[in-house]
Amino acid sequence: MSTVTPPLPYRVTAFRPETGDAVSLELQPVETALPAFLPGQFSMVHAFGVGEVPISVSAIRGRDGALVHTVREVGAVSGALCRLRPGDVLGLRGPYGTGWDLDSATGTDVLVIAGGIGLAPLRPVVHQVLDHPERYGDLRVLVGARTAGDLLYRDELESWRTSAQVEVTVDRPTPGWQGAVGVVTTLLDRAGPLGDDTRALLCGPEVMIRHTAQALLARGVPARRIQVSLERNMKCGTGHCGHCQLGPLLLCLDGPVVDYARSGPLLAVREL
Amino acid sequence: MTELPFLLDALPQAHRDRLLALARDNSFPPGGRLFDEGGQADRFWLIRSGEVALDLYVPGRPPPVVQTVGPGQLLGWSWLFPPYRWHLGAQALGPVDAWEFPADEVRALCTADPVLGYQLTLRCAEVIGERLRATRIRLLDLYAPRTGAP
Repeated sequence: MSTVTPPLPYRVTAFRPETGDAVSLELQPVETALPAFLPGQFSMVHAFGVGEVPISVSAIRGRDGALVHTVREVGAVSGALCRLRPGDVLGLRGPYGTGWDLDSATGTDVLVIAGGIGLAPLRPVVHQVLDHPERYGDLRVLVGARTAGDLLYRDELESWRTSAQVEVTVDRPTPGWQGAVGVVTTLLDRAGPLGDDTRALLCGPEVMIRHTAQALLARGVPARRIQVSLERNMKCGTGHCGHCQLGPLLLCLDGPVVDYARSGPLLAVREL
Repeated sequence: MTELPFLLDALPQAHRDRLLALARDNSFPPGGRLFDEGGQADRFWLIRSGEVALDLYVPGRPPPVVQTVGPGQLLGWSWLFPPYRWHLGAQALGPVDAWEFPADEVRALCTADPVLGYQLTLRCAEVIGERLRATRIRLLDLYAPRTGAP
């Protein structure tokens, strides 16, 4: 277990509405920066006077300590964070948790599958692979959203298409939508062959993760090569409180990224 | 051109060859109707490129799209079961290239070679089952706005 530290002040330096209920906040340390984050790790983000929530980094900018968090308004704390504007200050603790294991993906194809806000923790993975194409094989990004208006990073998705296969689907087509309609697993058929050395990285609602992992297993991707980012009720971020326990795992320490060989059986236990 | 579609890739080579011998290449322009709900299901397709929208007729409004079928996927399974009528309509969203199979000839092939017929039916059932699971998951509206969280 690590020590709980007080939040460090970070200033909002840029604000970008992503969807009707999600925003991205670019943050710079007011004085001292937190240690460097890895893709997949999260912060405990503190809205002063309101509370604290765990949020994964959605971009890691350079060496100046700048971070981006994409926040969806689902309650009082996330709502307060979504109302921050450039110049406002929030608190950050972290980095916490395991990151995506990109070292094991060296020399292999990388398949990123995201549902809804789950694209946010996976965006740094895409950035890393695109920044270092010599280290990896083909990059494929499959994204599912409720509607076209709920798609995160729409401009960026388009720019990724120059170097990666990007497929997008929505559950509910709105007028003018000319793309795919259906759950994200329906995109697997068009993702091409999935060798047993493909590394698959999944994030989204837990039902979507289970369904997608099963579809990958059926296509021959071994469970140990499927990484999933899991969400539980994280409170302390340091393994003290136990709120985020999933069987033998404390997801704030042992997760949120866990391979499916380890997490799959636990996700099937209702009592957990 | 996509890889060998999911429907065919698990069939033995001999079965695959006999099926593909019945197929012809076909293309559809953007907006082209492939079939309409209630029509005779006399063909099916394996999509090679492009996107096809499956829709339902609803009086007084444009037909809502319930799903799309894209590269590598099977378009149409109503041809396999009586009364051989389409349950949905289908329209090309953009240029579409596909292998088109004549339903009566494929059914006759399945009757003449029950092993092939069984394998093909299994593959179709797998596709139908996967679509049923996907539809049930969509019913959950997993990405809907949540409330009550921090």
